[in-house]
Amino acid sequence: MNSVPSKLENRELKLANRQRKNRSMGFLLLLVLLLGLAVLFSLKSGSYETPAAEIIKGIFGRSADRRINLVIQNNRLPRICTAILAGAGLGLSGCILQAILHNPLASASTLGVSQGATFGAAFSIVILGLGSGHGLGIPLCSFAGSVTVAALILGLSRLKQISPEGIVLAGVAVSSMLSAGTTLIQYFADEVELSALVFWTFGDLGSTGLKDLAGTAALLAFFFLYCILHRWDYNALLSGEETAVSLGIGVKRFTLVNMTLCCLVCSLIVSQVGLINFIGLAAPHVVRLAIGNNHAYLIPGSVLAGALLLLLGDLAARSVIAPVILPIGAVTSFLGGPLFLYLLFKGGRS
Amino acid sequence: MIQAQDICFHYKGGAEILHQISFGLEKGRFLAILGNNGAGKSTLLKCFANIHKVDRGTFLLDGEDLFSMSGREAAKRTAFVSQTIPDPQMTVRDVILLGRRPYMRWSFIKQDHAVVQKAMERLDLLFMQDRFFHQLSGGERQKVMLARALAQQPRLLLLDEPTSSLDIRNQYQVLESVRSLCREDGLTAIVVIHDLSLALRFCDRFLMLRDGTVYRYGGREILDPLSLRETYGVDAKVVEVEGKPLVMVS
Repeated sequence: MNSVPSKLENRELKLANRQRKNRSMGFLLLLVLLLGLAVLFSLKSGSYETPAAEIIKGIFGRSADRRINLVIQNNRLPRICTAILAGAGLGLSGCILQAILHNPLASASTLGVSQGATFGAAFSIVILGLGSGHGLGIPLCSFAGSVTVAALILGLSRLKQISPEGIVLAGVAVSSMLSAGTTLIQYFADEVELSALVFWTFGDLGSTGLKDLAGTAALLAFFFLYCILHRWDYNALLSGEETAVSLGIGVKRFTLVNMTLCCLVCSLIVSQVGLINFIGLAAPHVVRLAIGNNHAYLIPGSVLAGALLLLLGDLAARSVIAPVILPIGAVTSFLGGPLFLYLLFKGGRS
Repeated sequence: MIQAQDICFHYKGGAEILHQISFGLEKGRFLAILGNNGAGKSTLLKCFANIHKVDRGTFLLDGEDLFSMSGREAAKRTAFVSQTIPDPQMTVRDVILLGRRPYMRWSFIKQDHAVVQKAMERLDLLFMQDRFFHQLSGGERQKVMLARALAQQPRLLLLDEPTSSLDIRNQYQVLESVRSLCREDGLTAIVVIHDLSLALRFCDRFLMLRDGTVYRYGGREILDPLSLRETYGVDAKVVEVEGKPLVMVS
């Protein structure tokens, strides 16, 4: 059984090894490229005509046409940054949740974190009577809602030691309760309140300024770094909890830290852009189908794919029946569903 | 050299599963833990692997207590192969590379890749290193898991029913690999196994558990009609067919 490979075989093996790595890196590069293109298209698309050359100048506020500067800097750029950050965050936390909960269906919206945010917003608008003029009131309530759900699920998992599958089921139960709660609140809302609520249930990328994004960006950068450093721990978890423990990983603590970080990131994102389903679920799966489950590539891949999917969704939302901007939450689910089904069945055949 | 002393364990809120397990095992031995369902075999193995924290007792490997070590340090000395084989969508090489996790700091270094290469050569897996793990057969997967364990460069291998989901050819191949690792590479292995004939064929030390205590411990001679009846509740005896031992139930 001790076959010693010849030099020629060795060279072939090294070549194959390199090719596999190149393939994964190539896919990541492709995502970067596509993201760059999507950004350019997003900068260009809109009701105000902007020539390509002026766009670049506009980013730095150097365009001769002052209105282009305004449109780019105050409208399109914040929107694009919001989409990229929110998409990246949702994709990353989906990827991590799927790994630590051993469940391909795990994401912020299946755990009820997103629904918690919507419920918090609905509660503050209708019951507390906060309007859009109250500054941070509604986002804070929305953040509180999702953090409460996250704490509830984390607490359940710690107190009763329920399994990862149990956590997902608990999330489904909590999220359906909260959706029902939101519906009940809507039932008693008046027209003004309803219209304010729509933002939270539809999702909106257009009302976040660049300054609001700094905190999210910092948290996301930290989370990304943490995940990259622990990439092989996620890989170990794929081999089962017992194997991971036998490899020297403190699985319980690791799960808790990751759940907390995921919930924080998702809460922050949902409190800024409203309910956007599907990105967190689909982005990791798209990458997984292309390059497999090694988290060294899956983590950056999910970040890029999440950002790309949300940006493309936003592009579609703005251009399908321009100048009307369709609700982004509906668009991502509507366009993402068929894409997801296609990938699923294509993957199943091979 | 392994010295297990006075190991006791109970699951949270349950009765004691293991009572005062003690035994000694020389380097290079291949030990089978035997006993009926629920005797505590797998639990004992998982205690050795630091998956369960024991209530009491020590487990000395060459004089160092594995139970009072950090998980990472213990993982450099023992490797555990679980009964449930996972199916991650990762390449064989990446799955084996996982065995270097206890040694990894920021990233894997040249030496890690060299160890993985050697582990694959040792188990003849080089030709499949770029295939995806979830596309392999059961026997191939078990060998990959064994290679992952080897990549940890352990002194002690712990295997939880490694043959339970394999066909007969693969059962023999996997156990043969483990035996040759013990004989040629000086590893010590402890296996939980149900098939007594396979255990007799490949292992050279036997630990019979009954109700969470050591019922008998020693060489092949401890498997006699009395011990088989008292451990498994069947009338059976060990017979030799063409020089090979077989357990026959009458």
